[in-house]
Amino acid sequence: MHKFLIHKRGDHVGVATEDINAHENVVGVYMDDDSTIEVQAHHAIPLGHKIAIVDVQPSGSVLEYGIQIGKAPDGLKVGDYVHTHNLKSARW
Amino acid sequence: MTQQWLGYRRENGRVGIRNHVVILPVDDISNAACEGVARLISGTLALPHSYGRLQYGEDLELHFRTMIGTGANPNVAAAVVIGIEENWTKRIADGIAATGKPVAAFSIEGYGDLETIRRASWKAKEFVQWASELQREPIDMKELVVSLKCGESDTTTGLGSCPTVGVVVDQLIDAGATVFFGETSELTGGEHLIAERMATPELRDAFMKTYTDYVSFIEQQDADLLGSQPTQGNIAGGLSTIEEKALGNIEKTGTKPVIGVLKPAEMPQNGPGLYFMDSSSAAAECVTLMAAGGAVIHFFPTGQGNIIGHPIEPVVKISANPNTVRSMSEHIDVDVSGLLSRTIKLPEAGEQLIECLRRTVNGRLTAAEALGHREFVMTKLYPSA
Repeated sequence: MHKFLIHKRGDHVGVATEDINAHENVVGVYMDDDSTIEVQAHHAIPLGHKIAIVDVQPSGSVLEYGIQIGKAPDGLKVGDYVHTHNLKSARW
Repeated sequence: MTQQWLGYRRENGRVGIRNHVVILPVDDISNAACEGVARLISGTLALPHSYGRLQYGEDLELHFRTMIGTGANPNVAAAVVIGIEENWTKRIADGIAATGKPVAAFSIEGYGDLETIRRASWKAKEFVQWASELQREPIDMKELVVSLKCGESDTTTGLGSCPTVGVVVDQLIDAGATVFFGETSELTGGEHLIAERMATPELRDAFMKTYTDYVSFIEQQDADLLGSQPTQGNIAGGLSTIEEKALGNIEKTGTKPVIGVLKPAEMPQNGPGLYFMDSSSAAAECVTLMAAGGAVIHFFPTGQGNIIGHPIEPVVKISANPNTVRSMSEHIDVDVSGLLSRTIKLPEAGEQLIECLRRTVNGRLTAAEALGHREFVMTKLYPSA
């Protein structure tokens, strides 16, 4: 049973569709082709919040919907909780 | 058998889905007289607001456009217009009367509130009794003008409720209906996606100028926008940046070309199709502008649970957030949370929304109507003189 969804192949984050516990192994489904991915969450991630599914380099772009949604000043590791503390707008 | 769609066909051929008799104040100080009439005459609806004095230039034109457009909306059967002085009152009443619907104008100076209420109430009584005999008749889906705006968005709007609306918008456009979207600043990060869908290079330029002007004004304030755009509610729901919010928002516009760029509250002139309307992303301001542009029903995807309604344009709430559909169920018209658990697919969610649209058009009250939400909020471009 999946606990997060990913909009597009190539995205760097998925969105929790249920609350995820810290250190839990969770399955995500790609919405464009129904394929799955499994990652271990580093932190608790509430429903609607994001989990990193690939590593992102410091200052790297973060993709969701196949498009940049901001930058990660300190980078991201697979399983990280991704929100305003580690993902910043590139616009304002 | 195809299910029937029923609406009110107005004097100018346009189709409404509600049958209101409105008592419309030209200005803030005429609210009391309008509310006085609405208290006396059952079935009428006063639309109090905060502006209309000492406005000038484009801001004044927007005020007139919003007032006239609201009265002209096909969900309105007849209008009583009350203002402090005669000239602007007449200008608004004449603008509404161009639709052919019954309109009466009253100015307060020289009479006072009580005499104005007496005179206007006689007219309001006549209008409401006349309107009560109007009948719904068969209409076609293509005759609908539908507006879109989401609110208290979260990541579930981008996953579920906005894509559901997008599927239905594509069907509406294919059927020959008219649809507005807007929320100018809330396209930031995805504005290129909208620009690419403009039907002509001229429209693309007009859209980019509108977008850039709006966002430049915001940026000139040199403020920290985190908490405002995205809002505190957006952030609580998991949205981290304006770009992420915009990409979810844009899902609800479907995939069709955009055939017009409208000023706030402007009525479309290019025939049926998908239009962008320059507008605030604040829910009540945006819906008020779109209703003034002629929209008769609004699709409102929400994640964290925005509760907005509008006095004359029914607002349909769609949510995919399993927590919100449970904790705020009285506000939600269409629950598509099954998209997150993958127990339903997008086409099925679209069918649910179409069915809700049909029933709402035919007269079923939306959650916001039943709960008495009547937010009527004028957009003001700059300080009065």
